[in-house]
Amino acid sequence: MFVRTPTIALVGNPNTGKTTLFNALAGMRQRVGNYPGVTVEKKTGRMRHGELTFNVVDLPGTYSLAPRSPDEMVTVDVILGKQDGELRPDVVVTIVDASNLERNLYLTTQVLELGVPVVVALNMTDVAEAHGLTLDIPRLSRQLGVPVVAIQANKGKGLEQLKQAVADAVQLPAPSNKPVFPACFENEVAVLQTVLGKQVAPFLVRRLLLDVGGYAEQRLGDVGVMIQVNKARQGLAQGGCPVPEVEARVRYRWIREAVAGCIQRPAKRPVLWTDKIDRVLTHKVWGTLIFLALMFVVFQAIFSWARPLMDLITTGQGWLADTVQAAMPAGPLRSLLVDGVIKGVGSVLVFLPQIAILFGFIAILEDCGYMARAAFLMDKLMARCGLSGKSFIPLLSSVACAVPGIMAARVIENRRDRLATILVAPLMSCSARLPVYLLLIAAFFSVDQGYTWWTAGLVMFAMYSIGLVTAPLVALCLKRSLLRGETPAFVMEMPLYKWPSWRTVLQRMTGSSWLFLRRAGTLILATMIIVWALLYFPASHPDGGSFEERIEKADEATAKNQLRREWSEHSVLGQLGKSVEPAVEPLGWDWRIGMAAIASFPAREVMVGTLGLIYNQGKGESDDEEYRQSLGQALQEAKRADGRAAFSAPVALSVMVFFALCCQCASTLVVIRRETNSWLWPVFTFVYMTILAYVGALVVYQAGHLLMS
Amino acid sequence: MPSLDQLQRGQRAVVVAVNGTDAIGQRLLEMGLFQGEELEVVGFAPLGDPIEIRLRDFRLSLRRTEAARVSVNLTA
Repeated sequence: MFVRTPTIALVGNPNTGKTTLFNALAGMRQRVGNYPGVTVEKKTGRMRHGELTFNVVDLPGTYSLAPRSPDEMVTVDVILGKQDGELRPDVVVTIVDASNLERNLYLTTQVLELGVPVVVALNMTDVAEAHGLTLDIPRLSRQLGVPVVAIQANKGKGLEQLKQAVADAVQLPAPSNKPVFPACFENEVAVLQTVLGKQVAPFLVRRLLLDVGGYAEQRLGDVGVMIQVNKARQGLAQGGCPVPEVEARVRYRWIREAVAGCIQRPAKRPVLWTDKIDRVLTHKVWGTLIFLALMFVVFQAIFSWARPLMDLITTGQGWLADTVQAAMPAGPLRSLLVDGVIKGVGSVLVFLPQIAILFGFIAILEDCGYMARAAFLMDKLMARCGLSGKSFIPLLSSVACAVPGIMAARVIENRRDRLATILVAPLMSCSARLPVYLLLIAAFFSVDQGYTWWTAGLVMFAMYSIGLVTAPLVALCLKRSLLRGETPAFVMEMPLYKWPSWRTVLQRMTGSSWLFLRRAGTLILATMIIVWALLYFPASHPDGGSFEERIEKADEATAKNQLRREWSEHSVLGQLGKSVEPAVEPLGWDWRIGMAAIASFPAREVMVGTLGLIYNQGKGESDDEEYRQSLGQALQEAKRADGRAAFSAPVALSVMVFFALCCQCASTLVVIRRETNSWLWPVFTFVYMTILAYVGALVVYQAGHLLMS
Repeated sequence: MPSLDQLQRGQRAVVVAVNGTDAIGQRLLEMGLFQGEELEVVGFAPLGDPIEIRLRDFRLSLRRTEAARVSVNLTA
């Protein structure tokens, strides 16, 4: 006999150990994807119990099934079996924090109404005991009318019993014991159900009536229906059961009855160690200092701890490129492998240390409960630019690199806040901009140039400030225009502190790294290969033969460099640089700078190398101090075709401002595409930042030019 | 009748009503802030906003603008 694999869905409040339970049930065989059209992550896995196999679906953590956006609707649709391509779950497991039973059961009471067998996984029973709570679990199970299994997800306790309960529950009917709403409410539901027809799930009809401005109104409420709904709501308010208050009242009253006699509280609430810690960590002075110190550590980690690993990747890439270079004859294939594929793969891999380290920290901070405190401390500051405290860590991380920063924006539940954070993250001055600043500041704002000892520092500070000031302003503009909407509730639970589960941390680090590799890596690689082609073709020298062969034959380093320069000028990208000269002239740039800037669009870190190529310094490392010095000198002496100096202080400033504001990073755009599940937002980011960069550079150059003359 | 945002650190109160039927009003209700529930103000963030309160079994942080919707009666 063919037996279908049953599906179980996992739902629960945030901070209940749901992810830990999912990892424990599904093990390493997990698949992460996206539901179509929304930004909700879809996590599935397989669970084994004896002979049986189950599909496990992890649904996003939520306090309630009152959907207000398409993202929040996914959970409801999945459980109702209305999500395209998803089978209706056979059992829903609600994970419930035993130390905060009543608030956690609120969501469970809603799940009871969805017509699917329910199993309650009562997690953190050890924490509840530590709080002096005594629980009578068999009685709780009897009074709730569904199986209740005590587990400790982080220690792997109770999992076998839970699996057995789930296996048994597949045969159970849907729960019949659930909160009873007042008759007047049920009457209105019945009337609406007739208006909407039988094909609409009763649960959605109730949501339509209960959620003022909710997503059910968008999906079901055409003008005629809404007239009916509003009339019904008015009637309910007059009859003493106003929405949405009636729901909270009915559910919590039912919960209190269901847990009555199952839970014994100590006469006096004990002062817990987590309370004592919190008193320090949310303290005006100490809390702020500890927060700043912690953020410094996180920042330092992605900025410098990742460095050795990144260097290792770069070195490995260089070694492999040299090996291939030596082993193959000159030609398009070798060039494609060396400058396209190997470089492209390297440029993908080089992000991994930062991503892994940042997500390691985020997992620790979230799992131990500190993340909510960080949002609490920073909320007022971030609220001024229309965001919330949860945007702080993604934006801070972007100062090291926007790619992990944008991925970190997942901690923000509200879609509009998350989008605004993602869209301004690339404005933060990332570490790849630093070599450009260092080069130009040393060459044009040093003491040798007749400036004071503090000018260089001031200019550097100004470059970082551009991002720090522009990002909040742009966020504010976005929240007032494109991303306008009702302010999301900040109302946030402050979870108890606990030791982070290292398994969860590790899984988060490897998971996000894989996700980046699989979903963004291929696209970044493709972009790198396109750029290679733009710089490679046309490959034939005007006087016959190919550039590559000529470089190979030339014996002197200067001659080789000369040829490389001619080739890059001759290439499609070089032609492009020449053709944009009129556009970059107002910025004070000649076509060479224009070409270097264009070549830096896929990845800004190539700027220093490209300038080196153009100004005859040959290839070099942008991190090499000596190389930068000699290149700086070359820039000071560089002349335009008409003999004027190509660079000056205003030109250097204009280039730096352009770099500070422009999104010259294909990886960032690809990651924005992946995180927002749409091409619209990367295109939008690219366009607005390019315009901003152009205008910024224009203003700086023209103003500087006026002041200097 | 005072609202939750006017309370001082350490004060206890009982919820009388939550004003507003929008997302924020609904979320406050879902979190257990409805008529008759007891709460205590635990403290404020360094910049004075948000507020941290304790309900029966857990703690909640909410902005002053959100707390202003909750009218309360002080208890001793």
